[in-house]
Amino acid sequence: MALKQITTLLEISGSGEIMRRYFVVNGFDGALTMLGLLMGFYVSERVDLAVVITTCLAAALALGMSGISSAYISEAAERRRTLAQLEQAMVTSLNESHHARAAAWIPWLVALVNGIAPLLIALIIIVPLWLARSGMVLVPGPLPAAMVVALIIIFLLGVFLGRVGGTFWLWSGLQSLAVALLTVGLIYLVG
Amino acid sequence: MASVQRLVLDVLKPHQPNALDFAHAIAALGESYRVDIRVVEVDEQTETLQVAIEGDGLDFERISAAISENGASLHSIDEVSVIGK
Repeated sequence: MALKQITTLLEISGSGEIMRRYFVVNGFDGALTMLGLLMGFYVSERVDLAVVITTCLAAALALGMSGISSAYISEAAERRRTLAQLEQAMVTSLNESHHARAAAWIPWLVALVNGIAPLLIALIIIVPLWLARSGMVLVPGPLPAAMVVALIIIFLLGVFLGRVGGTFWLWSGLQSLAVALLTVGLIYLVG
Repeated sequence: MASVQRLVLDVLKPHQPNALDFAHAIAALGESYRVDIRVVEVDEQTETLQVAIEGDGLDFERISAAISENGASLHSIDEVSVIGK
């Protein structure tokens, strides 16, 4: 499908905002889940790095699959309902229209964004673990380094939300960071 | 052979694409196409348009297909201007 067609379908279905929202919400989920896992391993002490990487990778894939499947199921149902309502209002079938194509394709696009966001962010967060495993010496240690990456990404997602919402970007970024630090603190207390 | 120079159509369309994009979609069918749209009525999910198209040798079949592709339906042809060549 050509880029122009995708743009048309996104405009007609008004899905651009939904995709952006899904990207941030599920990206935040992915980053916070990884941060939680890493903190859990950190307070557990003496966990083999291979086990940490495998666990984080498995969680990242699960988040990706969950994002894709849940978004597709809900979006497909929502789009079918919207199309049926529109056909009723138009008193005609819209089978050959952009609206029908949007109802068929947009759920896949939204699902892809919803699944890729947490997967991609989780993979970025565990890069320091891979680097440490391949022999690179990381000054703070692999787990703290990965946690710093997670905190940076969470802060950036907050900044992005601030810019989208028209609020002060630093404040929005710090709010997201506060949630992440609260999570880290709670896990530390539990551990 | 006769050539269609002007058409005025009564069209019902969903709110999306908006009138501007809808006009673009029709105008893109020919270099000489000029499209004027007047929104006659707006309902909860649809709007009724009066679409005036001018140009040298308007292709009604393609115009009709573009209207359908954009989710709209052609209700009637209200005015026609044709010249013999």
